[in-house]
Amino acid sequence: MLTTPLWKRLLIWSIVALGIAAAAPNLFYSRVELHNDAVASIEKSGGVVTPEQEAALADWPSFLPSNLVNLGLDLRGGAHLLAEVHVADVYKSRIDALWPEVRDALRDVRDQVGSVRRQPSVPGILRVSITEQSAMPVALAAVQALAQPVVSLTGIGSNDIDVAQDGDEIVIQLSEAERAATDNRTIQQSLEIIRRRVDEVGTREPTIQRQGTDRILIQVPGIGSAAELKALIGTTAKLTFSPVVRQTTDAGADPGPRNLLLPAVEQEGVFYVVEETPVVTGEELTNAQPSFDQNNRPSVEFQFDAQGARAFGDYTAANIGKPFAIVLDNEVISAPVIQSAIPGGRGIITGDFTVEESTNLAVLLRAGALPAEMTFLEERTIGPELGQDSIDAGRLAALVGMIAVVVFMVACYGWFGVMANIALAINIVLLFAILSTIGATLTLPGIAGIVLTMGMAVDANVLIYERIREELRQKVSPSRAIEIGFDKAFSAIVDSNVTAIITAVIMFWIGSGPVRGFAVTLGIGIITSMFTAVYVTRLVIETWMAWRRPKTITV
Amino acid sequence: MRLKLVPETTNIDFFRAQYVTFGASIVAVLVTFVLLATMGLNFGIDFRGGTTIRTESTQAVDVGIYRGALDQLDLGDVSIAEVFDPNFRDDQHVAMVRIQAQDGAEAVTPETISQIEAALKTVDPAITFPAVESVGPKVSSELIWSALFAVLAGSFGILVYVWARFEWQFAVGTVAALLHDVIVTVGVFSLFQLKFDLTIVAALLTILGYSVNDTVVIFDRLRENLAKYKTMPLRDMMNLTANETLSRTIMTASTTLIALTALLIFGGDVIRGFVFAMLFGVIVGTYSTLYVAKNIVLFLGLDRSDKPKKDRGTPSEYANIDA
Repeated sequence: MLTTPLWKRLLIWSIVALGIAAAAPNLFYSRVELHNDAVASIEKSGGVVTPEQEAALADWPSFLPSNLVNLGLDLRGGAHLLAEVHVADVYKSRIDALWPEVRDALRDVRDQVGSVRRQPSVPGILRVSITEQSAMPVALAAVQALAQPVVSLTGIGSNDIDVAQDGDEIVIQLSEAERAATDNRTIQQSLEIIRRRVDEVGTREPTIQRQGTDRILIQVPGIGSAAELKALIGTTAKLTFSPVVRQTTDAGADPGPRNLLLPAVEQEGVFYVVEETPVVTGEELTNAQPSFDQNNRPSVEFQFDAQGARAFGDYTAANIGKPFAIVLDNEVISAPVIQSAIPGGRGIITGDFTVEESTNLAVLLRAGALPAEMTFLEERTIGPELGQDSIDAGRLAALVGMIAVVVFMVACYGWFGVMANIALAINIVLLFAILSTIGATLTLPGIAGIVLTMGMAVDANVLIYERIREELRQKVSPSRAIEIGFDKAFSAIVDSNVTAIITAVIMFWIGSGPVRGFAVTLGIGIITSMFTAVYVTRLVIETWMAWRRPKTITV
Repeated sequence: MRLKLVPETTNIDFFRAQYVTFGASIVAVLVTFVLLATMGLNFGIDFRGGTTIRTESTQAVDVGIYRGALDQLDLGDVSIAEVFDPNFRDDQHVAMVRIQAQDGAEAVTPETISQIEAALKTVDPAITFPAVESVGPKVSSELIWSALFAVLAGSFGILVYVWARFEWQFAVGTVAALLHDVIVTVGVFSLFQLKFDLTIVAALLTILGYSVNDTVVIFDRLRENLAKYKTMPLRDMMNLTANETLSRTIMTASTTLIALTALLIFGGDVIRGFVFAMLFGVIVGTYSTLYVAKNIVLFLGLDRSDKPKKDRGTPSEYANIDA
C-alpha cells in the first residue's frame, strides 16, 4: 500500500492551508487595499482615525493576512522613469571647494614657492601655477598634505585627491577611489531626495531603486503622466541667495572671475551678474511653505536654520539698499532690493508663480536639492483605463485557459484528471500566496506567465500518469503502478523543471520591468507546480486509494 | 470514455524522412539568417529608441488624417497603425503612433509629446492617450545587447546543466534544438515584420525553457533505455523512446497550447505579439524535440561501452528517494 508518513501529510496539508490563507486577500482586492491604506495613513498621522478609515478598517478583519500582490504599472497605470545621474557634476564642486584650501596651504610656504595662481582648466580638475619652479617639490608636498584617506570599503589605503605635476603647474583631481565613493554618495543622496519628493505627493507604493552605477529607476503608480513626475523629481531645486554685482541685458556679457551670468525668469532678456559664492543656500532652510504675499500673489515662505539666519541677517544688515538675487537652478527668480536688515531668518519668495507652482516649489525646497543633475533615458506613462482593460483581458484569458485545461485533463484522464485539477488549483493558490507574501509585482506579462504555468504545470502530472499507464499495461497492481509511476517520473520532472528554472533565473537577472515580472511568476510557478504535482497529487491519489480501495484503475 | 490523442502503442519511425525533416530545419534556419540580413526585424522602441503613443477614440481611426496632422511637426520617421482586438468595445478605436528618437535628445521632451497630442486633438477632439512610452537611444542599444546576452546565457546555462546530467552529445543536441526554435521564431517575426520588443525576448527565453523541457524528458527516457537494452541499435532505441514518450509530448504541448490560445484570443492586444511568439515557439519546440535533437545525438554517436560511472544519472538513483 502507498504510504506517506503522517508528519509529511500534515506538513503538506498545512502548507496548502497556509497558502490558501495567504492568497485569500487577493480575492477581495479593493477591500483589502482600502484596509491597508487606512492602516498606513493612521500610522502616519499618529493614531488619528477618520470615520471613513474606520469603515475601511472594519471591512477586513485585522487578524487575517492582508498582503496583496502588487499590481505593476502596466496594470494600475502610472509613470515610469529611468534617470541617469550626472555623478561627475559633483567632482567639480568638490574640486572648486578645494581651491581655498590649496591656496592657504601654499600661502604658508609662500617664501619658497612665490605667488600662486589658479589656471583655467576643465571642470573637475584644479590647475595651480607657482612662480618659483625650483620649489615645485615643496609645493607638491604642501598640497599633498591636504589629502585625506578615503572612507569606503573598497578604497581603503588610498587618498581622496591625486596631486601631480604637469610642466610648471600642479594638477589636482579626485582619486579613482574617491570618485567611486563620491558617486556612491551622490546616488544615495539622490535616491533619498527623490524618495522624499515623491512621498510628499503621497502616492501609493512608489518604486525608487538604484540601477547599475549611476541610474535610478522611479515608478509611481497613480500619477497622471511621466511629465508630471519629471517636473517633480527632475528639478535640481538648488536654491541660493547670492549678492548681485550688476544687472545687464547682454546675454554674452563677461561676468568676470568667480561671478556668474544668470538669466532672470520673469523679465525676458534681463541678466544678472551674481557672485559665485552665495550668502545662504537652500541647505540651510528648515522649512518652506506655499503662501501669499501682501498683494495676494502665490509665494513661498521659508525659514532658515540658526546658521543661515545669522549669515542672512549679517549680510542684509551690511547691504541695505543693494539688490540680492534669489537663484533657483541657475535662474534668478527675483532680485529684491534689501529694505532693512532681516534678522529672524524668515523670508518670502515672490515670483510669477501659480498656486500649483508655489506648492511644488515649497515641496522641492523642503525635500532638499539634488546633488547632481539627471537626464531621463526612458519614460513611460500608462493610463489607468488601459491598465484596467489589461487586468480584465488577463483575467478573462486566465479563466478561459484554466477551464479549457481542466476540461481537457478530465477528458483525457477521467477521475485522475480531476485529481490533477485539484493539484492545479492548489498550484495557482500557492503561486498567488508566494507572490503576495514576497510582495512581488504582477505585470501583464506576469499574468501571461501564470496562464502559461497552468498549461505547463500539468506536465508533471502528465509525466506521472503516462508512466502509471505504462505500468498498468504490464499488469502491475494499481497501487504498485502508481508508486512506480511517481518514482520513475521523478527524474524527468526534476531535469525538465531545473532547466526551466535556469531560464527564469536568467530572465530575472538580465531582464528589467515586464520581463522580470514574467520571470518571477514563471519561476515561482515552476516551483509550486513541482510541489503540487509530486506531493499534493500523490497525497490526493493515496487518500482516494485508501478510501475506495479499487481493484482496478484506469488512468 | 477517454480522449486519446495518441494511440496506446505507436511505432512511428521518426528517422524515416530524416533528410527531409532535418533538411527543412536547416533550411528554415538559413532562411532566417537571409531574412535578418535583408529585411531585418521590426524593432520596437525598446530596441531602437523613440516614442510610442497609444491613442484611443470613440471615432474611427483614419491613419491618413492622423499622418496629415503630424506631418507638419517635422518629427522624422512616423508610423501609425490601427490596432484591432475582439475585446474592444464598438466605439473603441485604438491606434499606435510611433516616432523615431529625436536627434540629440535622450528621451522625447514633454514639449514634443504635447505638440503631438495637440495636433491629434485638432483632427479628433474625442481622442485620448492611454499610454505614452519613450526610450532614449542610449538605453535601447544597451537593451539589444542585454537581450542577446540573455538568450546566449540561457542557452549556456542549459548546456552546462544537460552536460552535467547526461552525456555531452545530449547537451549539444539539446542546445542545437533550442537554438533552432529560437532562430526560426525570430525568422517568423522578420518575415511578417511583427513588432520585436523586450517582451518578445522574454517569450524567446520561455521557448528556450519549454523546448529544453520537452527534449530533456525524451533524453531522460533514452538514458533509462540505454541501461535497459544494451544491444539495441541506437536508432531503433531512439524511435522506441520517442514512441514511448510521444503521448506525454503531445499531451503537454496540447495543454500549453490550450492555455496560450486562450491568452492569444482574450489576453488583449498589448501582449498579443508576446503570446504569438510563445505559441509558435511551443509548436516548433515540439517539432524539434522529435526531429532535431535526436538526429544530432545520433549523428554524433554515443559511447555505449559499459562504464560503471554511466549509472550515476539513471533513475535508479531516485527510486529510493522518499518522494
